[in-house]
Amino acid sequence: MKKIYLDYAATTPVDKRVLKEMQPYFSEKFGNTMSLHSFGQEAKFALDQSRQVLADLINANPNEIIFTGSATESNNLAFKGLAFNMPKGSRARHIIISSIEHACIMETAKWLSRGFRVTKIPVDKYGMVNPKDVEREIRPDTILVSVMHASNEIGTIQNITEIGKICREKKVYFHTDASQSLGKIPIDVKKMNVDLLTASSHKIYGPKGAGLLYVREGIKLVPLLHGGGQENGLRSSTVNVPAIVGFAKATEICKKEMAAEGKRLVKLRDKLIKGVLKIENSHLNGHPKNRLPNNANFWFEFVEGESLIMRLDLEGIACSTGSACSSFKLEPSYVLMALGLKPQESHGSLRVSLGRFTTEKEINQLIKALPKIVRNIRQISPYGKN
Amino acid sequence: MAKTKNTCAGLYTPKVMETFKNPHNYGKIKNADGIGKVGNIVCGDVMWLYIKVAQNKKNEDFIKDIRFETFGCVAAISTSSIITDLVKGKTINDALKITKDNIIESLGGLPKIKYHCSVLAVDALVEAVYDYFLKTKKEIPAGLEKKHEIIKKSKEIIEKRYEKWGK
Repeated sequence: MKKIYLDYAATTPVDKRVLKEMQPYFSEKFGNTMSLHSFGQEAKFALDQSRQVLADLINANPNEIIFTGSATESNNLAFKGLAFNMPKGSRARHIIISSIEHACIMETAKWLSRGFRVTKIPVDKYGMVNPKDVEREIRPDTILVSVMHASNEIGTIQNITEIGKICREKKVYFHTDASQSLGKIPIDVKKMNVDLLTASSHKIYGPKGAGLLYVREGIKLVPLLHGGGQENGLRSSTVNVPAIVGFAKATEICKKEMAAEGKRLVKLRDKLIKGVLKIENSHLNGHPKNRLPNNANFWFEFVEGESLIMRLDLEGIACSTGSACSSFKLEPSYVLMALGLKPQESHGSLRVSLGRFTTEKEINQLIKALPKIVRNIRQISPYGKN
Repeated sequence: MAKTKNTCAGLYTPKVMETFKNPHNYGKIKNADGIGKVGNIVCGDVMWLYIKVAQNKKNEDFIKDIRFETFGCVAAISTSSIITDLVKGKTINDALKITKDNIIESLGGLPKIKYHCSVLAVDALVEAVYDYFLKTKKEIPAGLEKKHEIIKKSKEIIEKRYEKWGK
């Protein structure tokens, strides 16, 4: 049975072109970017080139790109780096985030709440943050606003430009987590009024272990890691050159293919949504239009998500769910709850995320398999039988 | 790389997955002699057990037929199915001796975080038998009464805990 992978929002396979680009940097061009000799220079050159590619993609200067080990690290660096940089006795103690951020923002904000006040902005039923809500919550002591560009779970794309404009006017730093959007939809940090931006390699067919934080020139951060002073002193660690070279190559491919690939995925996604919503008592989560080209998220009445995922897996189809039963905390997805779903409703959620290697045939197979699986689960359940 | 036991999804044993894939004895029993309803849809697991009781040659009550209806995860469906296999044909006395450990063992193990599903299955059986005693107006043994009270209490605690999420 040929397996069907529809969980590209979780991670993506490394594109063969990327792998090929990375290959020499393991055993041949293995130098340390900090070394003075030719091996070091070679590595340093590759690093600089990669930085330029990433900077070009988001319309930044190369010196504004800090490579990290992951998006989680980038988000931690943005939050803690700014928070720890507040002068002693500073009254600036307030952070604003949306209520549907990724866990690494939620948990970082929670950890900082021992010394900072954190306001979570609600979202509407489609998962949209209202920029006016952000404006209202900004206080004289606010240091940072962070709203994700696009949701990892429901795919909703936020009005980043507008929120950024408000933050700029109010002189508050604005950070956006673009882990799910980089390479899929255009990003321009200048037009979008962004001060800090997080992105990740493994979501765009690059390797795991590389992320970046864009830090607008002039913004001071305190590093999380102290040591040899790599990455402008902001991220000491021997530079992971192969991963970063892969990240840059992945970016190049995305940039070149973005327009056509976006159109292709939207077509497949909309076909999927149309097909799935034919199932009785099924609903779409997230924004009907304003969503990532590759994200579809549903919930089915009287269906538990973990069972759904495992039944799909038995048919060779890999997706994900926000059901409590599938989480290690046994709690329903806070993102779906923020949309106004009840816990029992969020148990029945299904996230399908498409990608570069998704074919129409695969989408057809899912559309065909799903009704039967949903029916079977409902048959075993005390609820929802016809 | 160290070789680890290849369990399905890295989470469930092959026996759990097999049971989940082909559950036994699901569905309703019309005119059941006893029904046990446990779990809470807000938490994500609801289990209903139906039993049909008859008398054997020694005139003891035994479980002639048993069926389940479950809303829940892989573990909840597997434990539901396995308890029907374990108690079908057993006398009520013997059926009530089944523990959560018997269920976990029969499934070749469960992830720790899913142990509560095995408890749910035992509770559902207790409640079904209790319901049978009530319906037939038989004298309820002290042990069964106690178990029923504990289940009732924990149900109330859970309902209270999830009240914040509203209905």
